Amino acid sequence: MKTADKKTTATMLVKEALEKAKKFEDYNIFTFVNEEGALKKAAEIDAKIARGEKVGKLAGVPYALKDNYLSPEGETTASAHILQGFTSPITATSVEKLEKEGAIMIGRTNLDAFAHGSSTENSYFGPTLNAYDKERVAGGSSGGSAVAVALDIVQFATGSDTGGSIRQPASFNGVYGLKPTYGAVSRYGVVAMASSTDCMGFFTKTPEDMDLLMSIASGRDEKDMTTLPDFYDKSEIKKVRKIGVVKDFDNDSVNTEIRNALKEKVEDLKKKGIEIVELDMPTLKYALAAYYIIVPAEVASNLSRYDGIRYGFRSENSKDLDSLYENTRSEGFMPENKRRIMIGNFVLSSGFYDAYFLKAAKARTLIVKEYEEAFKKCDFILTPVSPNYAFKLGEKVNDPIAMYLEDLMSVSLNLAGVPGLAVPVGKTKTGLPLGLQLVGPRRSDKSLIEFSKELK
Amino acid sequence: MEVNCETIKHLASLANFSLEDKETESLAGDLQNIIKYISELDKLNTDGIEPTYQVFEMENVWRDDEIKEQDANREQLLALTKEEKDHQIKVPKVL
Repeated sequence: MKTADKKTTATMLVKEALEKAKKFEDYNIFTFVNEEGALKKAAEIDAKIARGEKVGKLAGVPYALKDNYLSPEGETTASAHILQGFTSPITATSVEKLEKEGAIMIGRTNLDAFAHGSSTENSYFGPTLNAYDKERVAGGSSGGSAVAVALDIVQFATGSDTGGSIRQPASFNGVYGLKPTYGAVSRYGVVAMASSTDCMGFFTKTPEDMDLLMSIASGRDEKDMTTLPDFYDKSEIKKVRKIGVVKDFDNDSVNTEIRNALKEKVEDLKKKGIEIVELDMPTLKYALAAYYIIVPAEVASNLSRYDGIRYGFRSENSKDLDSLYENTRSEGFMPENKRRIMIGNFVLSSGFYDAYFLKAAKARTLIVKEYEEAFKKCDFILTPVSPNYAFKLGEKVNDPIAMYLEDLMSVSLNLAGVPGLAVPVGKTKTGLPLGLQLVGPRRSDKSLIEFSKELK
Repeated sequence: MEVNCETIKHLASLANFSLEDKETESLAGDLQNIIKYISELDKLNTDGIEPTYQVFEMENVWRDDEIKEQDANREQLLALTKEEKDHQIKVPKVL
């Protein structure tokens, strides 16, 4: 991480980032550019350095913040119309921790509204374009953050991953993306999507930067009772001897170039003396169906708070309170938000609860167990991140199922609470980034990041 | 499970959405496909399996029932609403 010093000042770093943000404006990466605020903070850090005072581990490092993280700088909209006009009085714990170390937010990044999507096309502000091909999607939901790092506008960006929203855009844009162990990083002050699977993480260019960010941002937070007791720095880096590959993913539903990239890396690892273990994980193919029951159920609940009364967008000209709720929600949510809320209400409604929600919760138990069994046979698992590399804009946006299938290999980690790291491993014949996913047991985040260096 | 416009209207009322006819029709098609897909789960045998609702390894994490600090005060929160009168949020008539 390039931090500020007397020679390269924070002001210089911030100015450079702001200039690049402007240069790449046509990618539609940012929902808000924090020019004034960022330069003010940079000047403060430079003054400290000039006085010879101690500065933090991220002194003057410009970063991009996914627009579902709350902070008083700029409106927090989660790229949703219904949150427009909302400037948060509170600050997310992660933001507090990063800024305490001197990191400077230069802009808020675009996402699928409320993080519902796999392409950033469901944003109220329009899609973000892929860093390598402007006719292709950035991936999602953290598309803006992934592209901001890929284009070297910032050294890191925050993301949230409920079913692949960090890992898939990371792989689509050739950067590292970590979905930590559930509970490793505080969710306080981040717009909730599905509380039992939401994980906060980062995009970086190197494993070293990811390690640094995790050592800063992870840890117990009194404001989020689902954070785990501190474990990140204590987790020992164990010697990795066995890597598992999932037989069930080696079929035609996965793009050939991705399968070949996986095979190549497996051969490399073998040469390094690592044993490859083939895993049967037959329940994983049901993870996506279980996910699209459990997550919409939690979405329906979490998004019931948006009613136009206390903050954000309020529909005008409603004759009474009920029509105010209805009009605000109808005008304020994107079609995909509506689909997920309605699916959630469907799977939770009496008569269907047992057949869908309860069934999915039982499937989740089997998925958790399948991972536990797998990690008895190997240290980490190496899989594709998604079945395809970056697809064309508009290709899947009108077909919800085709879009959901993009999450096939990423959602099971969220259901099981295990960490996953998207690692860039090369390019397609046409020059598009390819990524693979390293999966580890809970609390193995640090070792996972360390081991990813072997895949370079 | 057939999803028709009546189903959609019922789900929309649960979600507090007022939908136009065109939107109702397209949602009926989408939800039909999504429900068909998630029904794949029927093929998985879950007999005798306990459900999992969360993967956090602990339960009942308590804190003392006292106010420590508040990240936002009343004025800041009231400032977020569209209409305020006498420290109250103003809304259209209820009845």
